[in-house]
Amino acid sequence: MSRVEPPADEKSSAKAAVNAPPVEMISPHSIFLQLEYIDNDEGVGKVKMPYADILVGDPDTGIPHGGVITTMLDTASGKAVKAKISQDENLAIATLDLRIDYMQPAEPGGDLFAQAECYKTTANVAFVKGVAWQNDINDPIATSVGTFMIGTMNTPRK
Amino acid sequence: MKILSKLHDAGEGKNLSLLLSKIPYTRFLGINVRTAGSLLITELPFQEKLIGNPRLPAIHGGVLGAFLEVTAVLQILYDSSLQRLPKTIDISIDYLRSARPVDVFGRAIVTRQGRRVANVRCEIWQDDVNKPIALSHGHFLLKED
Repeated sequence: MSRVEPPADEKSSAKAAVNAPPVEMISPHSIFLQLEYIDNDEGVGKVKMPYADILVGDPDTGIPHGGVITTMLDTASGKAVKAKISQDENLAIATLDLRIDYMQPAEPGGDLFAQAECYKTTANVAFVKGVAWQNDINDPIATSVGTFMIGTMNTPRK
Repeated sequence: MKILSKLHDAGEGKNLSLLLSKIPYTRFLGINVRTAGSLLITELPFQEKLIGNPRLPAIHGGVLGAFLEVTAVLQILYDSSLQRLPKTIDISIDYLRSARPVDVFGRAIVTRQGRRVANVRCEIWQDDVNKPIALSHGHFLLKED
């Protein structure tokens, strides 16, 4: 499959990402949102998304759309599960469910962070908690709980 | 003046396509909406930039979550005469199938609308309306804080 080329001004963050997977496996959507993988160890996944005009969900206020927060928490949660089961790198995972609670709107202009912890895995399922924030992790924008299936199909479709 | 009030004043209060075109994030995702009687059908045309898993390939779960949330909010607006955008309180998403690289469609039902809160259920599908790829239920705040 051909790689997606983001607009020129959106390329830098993908290069700057720490602990990033090989470039051909980076999700095109994450590249377009300039999502950076900050941390990926001990069952924790952390991502950063710089504020951008395309994220705005309410043009009256400039507040980012809730879907942006969902994308960040889903990604951080998946990273957390991957980090937890890293001894078995070939196991693919899939989100089974994800619940997001929105505590307060994000502020326009501020970078967004999300971190998730995989606190339990069984043979088939991983359990994850996440939090999204801007300035202070103890003053969250949103929290999440999710479950993931472990060992799902991840070979190209026919 | 607020965007929804402006649309209402211009007689375009139910022109949800116009509203979507004025929201940067829904424009970025490329979400459209059409009416089918009293129902709304939302559309997420496939684009490369929506892919989350390039190996399968599959559309990003976060994009599907966002599409479900947008579908819910549009149905609330269609069913009411709100002059402001509802705020999501919570949303719970069940992922049933991975989303193939084709168009996605959505529909929602406002299961209860109170003075302050609306409960909304959504489903999204691709080729077959009887095979949803994800479901959601959520609560949305209608009233000013």
